[in-house]
Amino acid sequence: MKTLDVSVVTPSGPVLEGSFDMVVCKAETGEIGILPGHIPLVAPLQISAVRLKNGNETKKLAVNGGFMEVQPDKVTILAQSAEKATEIDVQRAKEAKERAESRLQAKQDTIDKTRAELALRRAVNRLDIGK
Amino acid sequence: MVSASKMSKAELNAKGFVPYADKIQEVVASIANSTDIGHPMLTKREVKKTGYMVITSDRGLVGAYNSHVLKNLINTIQKRHQSKDEYTIIAVGRKGYDYCKKRELPITKSIIGVADHPKFAEIKELAQETVQMYIDGEIDELNIIYNHYVSAISQQVTAKKLLPIENLHNEGTVSSDYEYDPNQEEILEVLLPQYAESLIFGALLDGKASEHAASMTAMRSATDNAEDLIGDLSLTYNRARQAAITQEITEIVGGVAAQE
Repeated sequence: MKTLDVSVVTPSGPVLEGSFDMVVCKAETGEIGILPGHIPLVAPLQISAVRLKNGNETKKLAVNGGFMEVQPDKVTILAQSAEKATEIDVQRAKEAKERAESRLQAKQDTIDKTRAELALRRAVNRLDIGK
Repeated sequence: MVSASKMSKAELNAKGFVPYADKIQEVVASIANSTDIGHPMLTKREVKKTGYMVITSDRGLVGAYNSHVLKNLINTIQKRHQSKDEYTIIAVGRKGYDYCKKRELPITKSIIGVADHPKFAEIKELAQETVQMYIDGEIDELNIIYNHYVSAISQQVTAKKLLPIENLHNEGTVSSDYEYDPNQEEILEVLLPQYAESLIFGALLDGKASEHAASMTAMRSATDNAEDLIGDLSLTYNRARQAAITQEITEIVGGVAAQE
């Protein structure tokens, strides 16, 4: 069976490389699944989980600020940060979540609010995957 | 030799960044080439205010590392600008910040205490804000001045124009026909700031590698000089001591001879 070469790259270096049967991730327009032989595609990703499937095994990555480039046999995910489930610092994410929530409740000006919302989404995403 | 290990780590970091930079450049170029969208970050506009991002070190003992960069900055400013309203400085590193502060150059943003091996998260905010300044029209051009790491013994001052993004078209990348989700405009909207931020981060990594290399060279020559100095001084000391002893003997011998 055909597989996809997946590489996940961040500014701090490659996070993951390998072949998988299927890649599922959340693009700006909604969830999208990539199988081998997909047409070339570029799509920005939401702060979300990227799921890499290999048989019955599923690997999860927490991705933030990324987009993906798809070619028939290759998927490249470029992200500002990407972490494997095992690498996630759950404690830190929890703290970040609390911080962001208290900031959101404080109702400051809009820029801080957007920032806090983004931070909250990142933290929740990490927690979901890290569990 | 702390610097030597820091340097090799910094070099590794800079190399680890390359795949990301290449890929993002490739995708940006292929989108930009396949459309005629005049995204503000791709189009030149009349330059009323120029931003200069200067990457320097926090610490001294790095030889001519900082002075080269700052000299380049001053030369450029003197050549291109008449008044202080025409440019602004974004200072990375204490040395650059202090220098500009002392000369009363306008500093809009600064970051001090960047780690030896910076993570993207540390610089992200500054990079984002800087790119935002360009998008908001506060600056119409962004230049970056830093030391490019050529090798352990050679670093080169580089001044690059970051924004507007140019030279994408002559990279000769294979532009595949991509499907865009949702569409090219919106992807560019997300991608271009990321691309610019990644360029800033890349320059910083490059600068850091140079900094460690420069500090390694500077420290080594400081050690060498100190050793030379120690050698010279011990020789002088021994000579003086010997001279004193010889004189004492001569005096004693002279005294004995006079009594006979």
